[in-house]
Amino acid sequence: MKIAVCVKRTPDTETRVRIAADGTSLDETGVKFILNPYDEFAVEEALQRRDKAGAGEVVVIALGPDAAQETIRSALAMGVDRGVVLKADRVPADALAVAKALAAELRGGGYDLILFGKMAVDDGNHAVGPMVAELLGLPCVTAISKLELEGGKGVAEREIEGGVEVVEFALPAVLTAEKGLNVPRYPALKGIMAAKRKPIETRPAALGAVHAQVSALALPPERKAGRIVGEGADAVPELVRLLRAEAKVL
Amino acid sequence: MANVLAVTEQRGGALRKTSHEVVWAARQLADAMGGMVDALVLGAPGVDAAGAKLGGVGADRVLVAESAAFAQYAPDGWVATAAAAVKAGGYGAVLVAATATGKDLAPRLAAALDAPLATDVTAIALTGGKVTATRPVYAGKAIQQLALDAPVAVVSVRPNTWAPGAAGKAGAVEKVQAVEAARVVVREVKAAAQGKLDVAEATIVISGGRGLKGPEHFALIENLAKAFGSAAVGASRAVVDAGWRPHAEQVGQTGKTVSPQLYVAVGISGAIQHLAGMKTAKVIVAINKDKDAPIFQVADYGIVGDLFEIVPRLTEEIAKARAG
Ligand SMILES: Cc1cc2nc3c(=O)[nH]c(=O)nc-3n(C[C@H](O)[C@H](O)[C@H](O)COP(=O)(O)OP(=O)(O)OC[C@H]3O[C@@H](n4cnc5c(N)ncnc54)[C@H](O)[C@@H]3O)c2cc1C
Ligand SMILES: Nc1ncnc2c1ncn2[C@@H]1O[C@H](COP(=O)(O)O)[C@@H](O)[C@H]1O
Repeated sequence: MKIAVCVKRTPDTETRVRIAADGTSLDETGVKFILNPYDEFAVEEALQRRDKAGAGEVVVIALGPDAAQETIRSALAMGVDRGVVLKADRVPADALAVAKALAAELRGGGYDLILFGKMAVDDGNHAVGPMVAELLGLPCVTAISKLELEGGKGVAEREIEGGVEVVEFALPAVLTAEKGLNVPRYPALKGIMAAKRKPIETRPAALGAVHAQVSALALPPERKAGRIVGEGADAVPELVRLLRAEAKVL
Repeated sequence: MANVLAVTEQRGGALRKTSHEVVWAARQLADAMGGMVDALVLGAPGVDAAGAKLGGVGADRVLVAESAAFAQYAPDGWVATAAAAVKAGGYGAVLVAATATGKDLAPRLAAALDAPLATDVTAIALTGGKVTATRPVYAGKAIQQLALDAPVAVVSVRPNTWAPGAAGKAGAVEKVQAVEAARVVVREVKAAAQGKLDVAEATIVISGGRGLKGPEHFALIENLAKAFGSAAVGASRAVVDAGWRPHAEQVGQTGKTVSPQLYVAVGISGAIQHLAGMKTAKVIVAINKDKDAPIFQVADYGIVGDLFEIVPRLTEEIAKARAG
């Protein structure tokens, strides 16, 4: 099985967000970057599928600055075979531009599966995976939490409001991973050492024109300080009165 | 041209609440652009009856694509049909609700149209005739303005953000060709328990955390939700990880983002990752025995004390208030 996983370098989810002087981007001073958590599920799934098939290769691809090499190393340490950096000074806010550059790299690669995270935790777009599928004309199931593959066919489950969709498709296919698909492994010391010797290629990202641009980035408005209505069950009538008369939600 | 296409969603032939929201959002944008609103309804034959009501929330025309294959979400067919409608109609923007279906459909459609996309948007403005979308990023820790510069832009709008009013437009139904394509097929939808509301869509969400001490005590939360009429039950990650509640109910950074009219947090401390998922609720109520719990910093109304005494009383009073 030949599997590609697209991975993004994202700020750690614990990051305290500060806005950079340009007013449109994150101030990266002191920010720790990680492999996008949803992409860890995608990497883990790829490794399990490769190992189950007993043959094949897992390639990770990251579009980003030179530092995306570190993101790729984390995936290599988990057991991925090799990595590709599609170099761009910064990742554009235009998801379709990113998808086109990734699709250009993936096209003709002969992959049985192309995996993504369901979303990147920084832009929260939920977009690049299904966009790549559309650009490549491949079957696609997004945000999957369960996957069965058998002889060139697959069945995946995805959570929808009030239920679960069971979706059938044929390989090659694009899938995006939701939490719960598997439990990503922690890289062992041996893996981390081995990762240092695994190949990472770097080439420029084929980024075309960009049609979505961040014009401003700001901290969210603070919620107005609320109030403690009272203590214990005796405060309940007053709360209900406020919900009705003041908040008007009853 | 400055018309707007709203792609709606139905289940079992009934339009979803978010479909009204997306048509209403399209109405606001079209009015700003000086254009018309077309609503696209995709479903099994007979779905036109449901579509006929969309004039009330702002649709000038309702385009209905009927196919037996469209009874449930058919990703490739819906995308191909919507793309064909856009190519025929000359729209400046296409709006979709950022639901599980919309999140799947919008990016495919954007790619099919070679159009820029803004997802999970909470406000839309026009600057120099172009769409600028307001959207939360970094799990709600920052708000981005994304300027879309193209003849047509695709925007997915966050559920519960646009409150539909009355528009009284014609909503004339026109049949359009359903384009059938099926690289993937939804074989089955395993429905959750009957009548179960999803946290991401409910206007009232009652969430429970570790303060409930055990899964058996979630009956308190369920009863309170029932007292409110149609409220959904949510949960913190702590109780989902403990296996007390399903992941579908988790609110927060690694769960769902909710923007209900009312969010009640019971026995939830208010960790930053939980707040990321519910901070945009209109009204927040917190019940916690620890007066220093961070949840009180975002709560409009708080009661300090033992949830096991407060919640049953609240359930009673809410039921009374709603009956009276
Ligand atoms: C990467 C990452 C992602 C995460 N994503 C999420 C997420 O999506 N959603 C999420 O919720 N969390 C998430 N978390 C976890 C989060 O940090 C907290 O651990 C979690 O929200 C705590 O859940 P809790 O409030 O139920 O439990 P606790 O923090 O243990 O709080 C329990 C509260 O109940 C109160 N209490 C106890 N007994 C009573 C009583 N009898 N009456 C009244 N009050 C009582 C206590 O005072 C306390 O405030 C994430 C963490 C990480 C690191
Ligand atoms: N710059 C990037 N390089 C590689 N993969 C990416 C990049 N951006 C997004 N992806 C992939 O697309 C998924 C969805 O990202 P997004 O659409 O930005 O939410 C991520 O989980 C990654 O798998």
